[in-house]
Amino acid sequence: MKVLVPVKRVVDPYAKVRPLPDGSGLDTASVKFDVNPFDEIAVEEAVRMKEADPGVHVTVVSIGPAECEDQLRKVLAIGADEALLVETTDAMDSTVVAAELAAVVGQLKPDLVLMGKQATDDDCNQAGQMLAARLGWPQATFACKIVSQGGGIEVTRETDQGEETLSVPLPCVVTTDLRLNEPRYIALPGIIKARSKPLQKTARSTTAVPKTRVVSLKAPPPRPAGRKVGSVSELVAALKERGAL
Amino acid sequence: MKTLFVAFESDDESRAGGFCEALGQPWDSVHVPADALSDAAATAVQAAVQGHTHIAAVSSMRSKDVMARVAGLLDCGMVTDVTAVVSPTVFERPIIAGTVTATVEATASPVVLTFRPSSFPASGQGPASSTPLTVGPSLVQRTATNVRGGSRPDLTQAKRVVSGGRPLKDAETFERVIGGLADKLGGAVGATRAAVDSGIAPNELQVGQTGKIVAPDLYIAAGISGSTQHMAGIKDSKCIVAINKDPDAPIFEFADFGLVADLYDAVPELEKSL
Ligand SMILES: Cc1cc2nc3c(=O)[nH]c(=O)nc-3n(C[C@H](O)[C@H](O)[C@@H](O)COP(=O)(O)OP(=O)(O)OC[C@H]3O[C@@H](n4cnc5c(N)ncnc54)[C@H](O)[C@@H]3O)c2cc1C
Ligand SMILES: Cc1cc2nc3c(=O)[nH]c(=O)nc-3n(C[C@H](O)[C@H](O)[C@H](O)COP(=O)(O)OP(=O)(O)OC[C@H]3O[C@@H](n4cnc5c(N)ncnc54)[C@H](O)[C@@H]3O)c2cc1C
Repeated sequence: MKVLVPVKRVVDPYAKVRPLPDGSGLDTASVKFDVNPFDEIAVEEAVRMKEADPGVHVTVVSIGPAECEDQLRKVLAIGADEALLVETTDAMDSTVVAAELAAVVGQLKPDLVLMGKQATDDDCNQAGQMLAARLGWPQATFACKIVSQGGGIEVTRETDQGEETLSVPLPCVVTTDLRLNEPRYIALPGIIKARSKPLQKTARSTTAVPKTRVVSLKAPPPRPAGRKVGSVSELVAALKERGAL
Repeated sequence: MKTLFVAFESDDESRAGGFCEALGQPWDSVHVPADALSDAAATAVQAAVQGHTHIAAVSSMRSKDVMARVAGLLDCGMVTDVTAVVSPTVFERPIIAGTVTATVEATASPVVLTFRPSSFPASGQGPASSTPLTVGPSLVQRTATNVRGGSRPDLTQAKRVVSGGRPLKDAETFERVIGGLADKLGGAVGATRAAVDSGIAPNELQVGQTGKIVAPDLYIAAGISGSTQHMAGIKDSKCIVAINKDPDAPIFEFADFGLVADLYDAVPELEKSL
């Protein structure tokens, strides 16, 4: 079985990121970049599938500037077999990402695309569903458990009220939720081995153009300063005075 | 210019008025059956789109699942989690766990939108038409459903929310301490990811960047540090109360009222004094 895992380069999810004073972009000068946490979970899951079944082959793909190679090397170190970088500095939105990923799928013909439910920078939560629609494939979003089953897979997914289990035929698109697994610690031998794993670079193969445009960025208005109270009774009094109780 | 509003829950339509009014154009409403699976639901919505420039839904896991697939089928742009309408083609949405607000323009029509109802007043006129959708068969099969929850109000709509974090030892303690206060207040229960990960609270209670977004009149956070990812889900609460034994916990920077105390003392005392 061939598994394709898209990987997005994002600003460090734990860093404080601010808009530039003129609102034209983000101030990323002193911020690290990392693999989108959900994509790391997707790679971990694919690698576990491979460990359970040596017939599984894992390809990772990133769309973006040359620097994405860092993130691809990191996920190769987790245990992916090979990487593809669709190198571009074009402005993209989720529709362009989905179109580009669909082209990669057409070329590599994976049985399963396993990707993050959302990117922690833009918080869009769109690309996986858009890709599935383009391909006419079934989708299972927000996966918290994946089990291979005959010719398909069984996916338990988070819903607004709890969980549900879907039996999904291959090929399909699955997006991962945080609870799916805990990505492994990457040890040095893995990092060294990843340096010699195949990483191919190509240009974009579609002419898709964005259908959304980022006009500007700003900091949200700050919350008015609060105050500390000394006791539970003082808290209750303050809440009553405020009309919150 | 006309909006197609896609309702997933029975009360979605009543939460759409303010947003549709902000778009400033008439709207039709279609209802997706509760058991419809995403691919089949998206195909049914696609069939109803004709003549509409905006296809909108209330933000939820289910609507994101289906609406992004609708955008994929139509090959049209999408703006997720809209919090303000600047013009019928320009919207604001939070990014990076709500620490930055982006203004995004839809440069093509139609456009698919999901919006946070807490950002729009509940008023506004109703839809021009309201129709149930007929949904065909799905490519996938649902083999099990586990709906949890029960008698408490819906987290995303509750007027009062009590949330607990990692220090709540186990599920039983969480339910007793956090659930007890929530019930006294007639409110809903929320949790941090750390609480969910350690099995103290079920996942659908997770509040934050990757969980649910709440906007109650009163949000009580007990034993919660105040990570950016958690704050992303509660910023729009009218009044935030933090109970934390560490006076330097970041949550105190956001709280309207902060109480430095052990939650095991303060929460039961608060419950008793109500
Ligand atoms: C401030 C700002 C606001 C934006 N607002 C919008 C908007 O409203 N609508 C819109 O369509 N676009 C928007 N974009 C653009 C869009 O977020 C990104 O350009 C594009 O990479 C799509 O990824 P995503 O974050 O939407 O993906 P999501 O749908 O959030 O991510 C899901 C998964 O898709 C995969 N993926 C996403 N991008 C890549 C990639 N480059 N390479 C490999 N895999 C990838 C990953 O597996 C990821 O986990 C915005 C960008 C900015 C800077
Ligand atoms: C991609 C990504 C997405 C995420 N999404 C979310 C999300 O949606 N929601 C979310 O919540 N988190 C999310 N997180 C996790 C987030 O970063 C934090 O790790 C998490 O919110 C911490 O939870 P906590 O405050 O319960 O635990 P901790 O950080 O461990 O804090 C516990 C707090 O309780 C206090 N405390 C301890 N004992 C007591 C006591 N007896 N009485 C009173 N106070 C006490 C401590 O002083 C401390 O401040 C995400 C992380 C990532 C990387």
